[in-house]
Amino acid sequence: MLSFAWIILVFPALGLLINWIFGKRMGKSYIALVASAAVFASFLTAVGLAAGLAALPADARAVTVPLWSWIHIGDFQVDFALLIDPLSVVMALVVTGVGFIIHWYAATYMLVDDHHRELSLRMYGRFFIYLNFFILMMLTLVLANNYLQLYVGWEGVGVASYLLISFWFYKPSAADAGKKAFIVNRVGDFGMALAIMWLFFLFGKEAGSLAFADIFHAAEGAGAAAAGAMTGITLLLLLAATGKSAQIPLFVWLPDAMEGPTPVSALIHAATMVTAGVYMIARSHPLFEMAPTTMAVVAWIGALTALMAASIAIVQTDLKRILAYSTISQLGYMFLGVGVGAFTAGIFHLMTHAFFKALLFLTAGSVMHAMHGELNIDLMGGLKQKMPKTYWQFLIGAAALAGFPLLAGFWSKDAILYEAFLKSPLLWGVGIFTALLTAFYSFRAVFRAFHGDPRSEHAEHAHEQSPGMTFPLWFLVIGSLFAGLLGLPALFGEHVNVLGNWLAPVFADLEGEVHGSEGLELTLFLVSSGVALLGIFIAYARYIPEWGWAKALQRLFSRLQPVLENKYCVDEIYMAAIVNPLRRLAEGFYQLGDGCIIEGIVNGVGAVTVRAGGYVARMQTGVLGMYALSFFVGVVLVLLWFLLFVT
Amino acid sequence: MNVSDIIRLLSPELILLITGFVVIGVDLARRREDEGRTAAAVAVVGLILAALAAIFLYFSSPNQIVFYTMAIDLYGLFFKVAAFIGVALVIIASVNYMAGRSKFLGEFYALLVFAALAISVLVSATNLILIYIGIEFLSITSYILTGFLRGNERSEEAAIKYFLYGASAGAILLFGMSLLFGLTGTTDLAAVGKALEAGGDMHWLGLVALVLVLAGLGYKASLVPFHQWAPDTYDGAPTPISAFLSTASKAAGFAIVGRVFLVAFSDFHPEWTQVLAAIAVLTMFLGNLTALKQKSVKRMLAYSSIGQAGYILLGLVAVSNDPTFGGVNGLMIYLFGYIFTNVGAFLLLLPIEKKSGGSTDMEQFDGLATRAPGLALLMSLFLISLAGIPPTAGFIGKFYVFASVINQRMIVLGALAAVNTVIAAFYYLNVIRHMYFAESAVEGGVTVGRGLMTVLAINAIMVLAIGIFAQFFMTWVNSSLALVTASGF
Repeated sequence: MLSFAWIILVFPALGLLINWIFGKRMGKSYIALVASAAVFASFLTAVGLAAGLAALPADARAVTVPLWSWIHIGDFQVDFALLIDPLSVVMALVVTGVGFIIHWYAATYMLVDDHHRELSLRMYGRFFIYLNFFILMMLTLVLANNYLQLYVGWEGVGVASYLLISFWFYKPSAADAGKKAFIVNRVGDFGMALAIMWLFFLFGKEAGSLAFADIFHAAEGAGAAAAGAMTGITLLLLLAATGKSAQIPLFVWLPDAMEGPTPVSALIHAATMVTAGVYMIARSHPLFEMAPTTMAVVAWIGALTALMAASIAIVQTDLKRILAYSTISQLGYMFLGVGVGAFTAGIFHLMTHAFFKALLFLTAGSVMHAMHGELNIDLMGGLKQKMPKTYWQFLIGAAALAGFPLLAGFWSKDAILYEAFLKSPLLWGVGIFTALLTAFYSFRAVFRAFHGDPRSEHAEHAHEQSPGMTFPLWFLVIGSLFAGLLGLPALFGEHVNVLGNWLAPVFADLEGEVHGSEGLELTLFLVSSGVALLGIFIAYARYIPEWGWAKALQRLFSRLQPVLENKYCVDEIYMAAIVNPLRRLAEGFYQLGDGCIIEGIVNGVGAVTVRAGGYVARMQTGVLGMYALSFFVGVVLVLLWFLLFVT
Repeated sequence: MNVSDIIRLLSPELILLITGFVVIGVDLARRREDEGRTAAAVAVVGLILAALAAIFLYFSSPNQIVFYTMAIDLYGLFFKVAAFIGVALVIIASVNYMAGRSKFLGEFYALLVFAALAISVLVSATNLILIYIGIEFLSITSYILTGFLRGNERSEEAAIKYFLYGASAGAILLFGMSLLFGLTGTTDLAAVGKALEAGGDMHWLGLVALVLVLAGLGYKASLVPFHQWAPDTYDGAPTPISAFLSTASKAAGFAIVGRVFLVAFSDFHPEWTQVLAAIAVLTMFLGNLTALKQKSVKRMLAYSSIGQAGYILLGLVAVSNDPTFGGVNGLMIYLFGYIFTNVGAFLLLLPIEKKSGGSTDMEQFDGLATRAPGLALLMSLFLISLAGIPPTAGFIGKFYVFASVINQRMIVLGALAAVNTVIAAFYYLNVIRHMYFAESAVEGGVTVGRGLMTVLAINAIMVLAIGIFAQFFMTWVNSSLALVTASGF
């Protein structure tokens, strides 16, 4: 009964085709309507899929819907097929649900560009075509039933991301950011390609396909014999994930990606695409379970990325960059979660994060429009009175991000930290300290941007945005407030974790999880709450009454400030250690290899060939007698050939 | 076998025969009014019906010999369907082109229908006499079609050259056949094959006959050194006829070469493998090298289609029992895709010629991407298919043919073929370079009629469909391999 699943892909494909072919004749409102309606239809389909799955018994909730046979060589077969299971449906719901709200918001937001100039119909249409294309590719990724198809979606969202980051292509900074994102991601994608080839090499014959189920089955069959290879494969997959999800060492592209229009930052670079790495690891969990080393690496990469990005976010003054580093940091939490084997908690945080981070980005977009493109929080202030709706929306988003008790982010972050504690208290320590920083920087942004007196001309004249932009955000507000209730901890009862129960069939094969005592859970619960409130309080003390001790606290850490402001110099280090040597090498190859050797050979061969062509062409004289002669000579020569060489 | 059986088995031929006469009749009635449009429509409908009849027969898997001379087998039916589609596409595309150029449009379309009939007979023929008649039937209709633009010197010259060359080739063919008859006492291919297998004192004479027959049939397929008519004829003939000659007619040539060699000369398999390999190499190199230097795209395509014949012939060289890479299946899928690709490429010249007043020089393609983006895109598609780049039909054809060659451990031959694809890629991609990167010397867009646009679109879709759903088409090709007469392969 789930065989209708394929139409979830048809809607965005249709949307983009309609806008592509007829967009120029339709006008902006219809373009936005088509694009948004397409995503909404996909969302309804996803709801239908969830309902369809729920109707099945728990252990039968993994349905493969084959679309067509894609590659078929001997016994090896890769189909284009959709895997409908609890995990992919959750992802599809997040992608299409949050995606729809962002489309809706963008319909108004994109009427003008970042500097309040009217956007041309052509650019407007192009934006929504790209956005629909992104949704199509993201759904291909999360609904894939095999690694190759996942790779198609993986690359597809990369292309969409590239196109949308450099959407203001006439701005050199945007064009550069797009290239940076694409190239850095290629490093990760290379890992993905190698991992898939390695899987094919190891299990292709036995599994007969690259489908997840077949590969996992074959991997389990190989057992300890493949342990070493499994560590290698999962590390390569991890490399891919660090690229897409902006983790150490490949996180450098995401802050620059903020050059794209704000809805893009919200959709692609916060809510959906960047979580693909987390999804992919959760999807591949049987492989990662076989490689404990990789799991530890995942957890530590996540924890360190969370800490590092949060510390950078503290000193940023650009509102979107604060959110960008916060995204990296929160993705770090998700990695920490899946790294300690808490896959459900990781996906839970992915979901709640999608709500509150999309909300934060979109409100930042509203602020940006109100401020005529200005994003520096030092030049804001007092926006609370000018834009009350936006203020409340941003406040709720920030509170959810900060882990304010009982909001969405609180529950999911707590779930991750709890499981991390069971694995290693040290990881928990890094996580809880990061939570303190998170609470601080989120409310630093709130207080600097919305409270106090206006600190610039623009802030003075800011005004609330139209309902077309403020209204859709209330849905995200609801998500940010209540999405956490889907994953209440075991503390509150046996069956209160709706999401956990839903995802249970996917992660059913996990080894028996370690469970701590209820007392421990409650203690950590209270510590998390306290830390979040402490962070908010410090931000309050520093920025509203500006108490002396809070300033003294800042002076204490002021030595770190240059390091943080320079983002630990990671970009500079990469430039000096990797990019520049590669450039010099390339230059050398170009001069010597291409200029002298290859060009010489190619041109030489080409010249000889063309000259030969000239000689041969002369045989075609146009004189019929010659033709007849050569025909008979040909016959005779072939006969001679036989007589001399063959018989 | 009763009459109704015979009518059923020969239904494609009968439909074409009737269509041909109806076309002439219709044209008599309506010539003045519509410049041959009705006649063309009737011809196309007839061809489609004939193709449907062939497909219908295909599904009933007849494998029977009619009148002791025509094998209604899957191999023949495959080529019939391919040729009928090719001719139908050519007719649709000809309507606007021919309208102003000739007064005798009914005859033009009728002749094309008769040419299709000739191909239909030829690809089924299992008897030397019928093969000769089929070749001559096809040739004579082709001569007239080539010279159809009366008063156009180039067209007339092309026809005369083709005729004289074809007449010589016919004589050689007949000579070879007479040797075979003298040697074996029969004109039936299967019986000839058996008699040659039996050996005897004069067995070596069979080789001489083989060479002569190869020369006589090879000219239809434009194999070097029996190719020299081809560039001049393709260049001078009305462009739709060039498209026909270089595709459907050539496919018929290959079909009959395949049948004769596999059935009658199976005993000489080791010998003809060598000679065909040599001919294939010569054909590839000569076609591709000469194409390099051409300034006119039409002439370039003429030489390119000689080069393509070399690749196609490799399929026969590498014939084997291998179920996946058997050689002949590569030859068949190559030809099937090549019909759509090359018809498309030649017909795309029509609007260019119209715009320039007859010239198809490279300069006419400069900047086509901005003047007519759709045409440039289609042309690029056909060219990359000719170059053998995925995801097109051309790639699939080359893949199966080359894989068969490698499969037979003919590494040198495979390498030479690969070298040729590189040479060919240069001149194919050069046109794309002109279209997309050169400054336009000519002003203004290029208009395309609806009929031609339909044909180009069908070709493009088929080129992509074969490239993407190769498995589907290969299944069909592989099931068409059975020759009605057991042939040892």
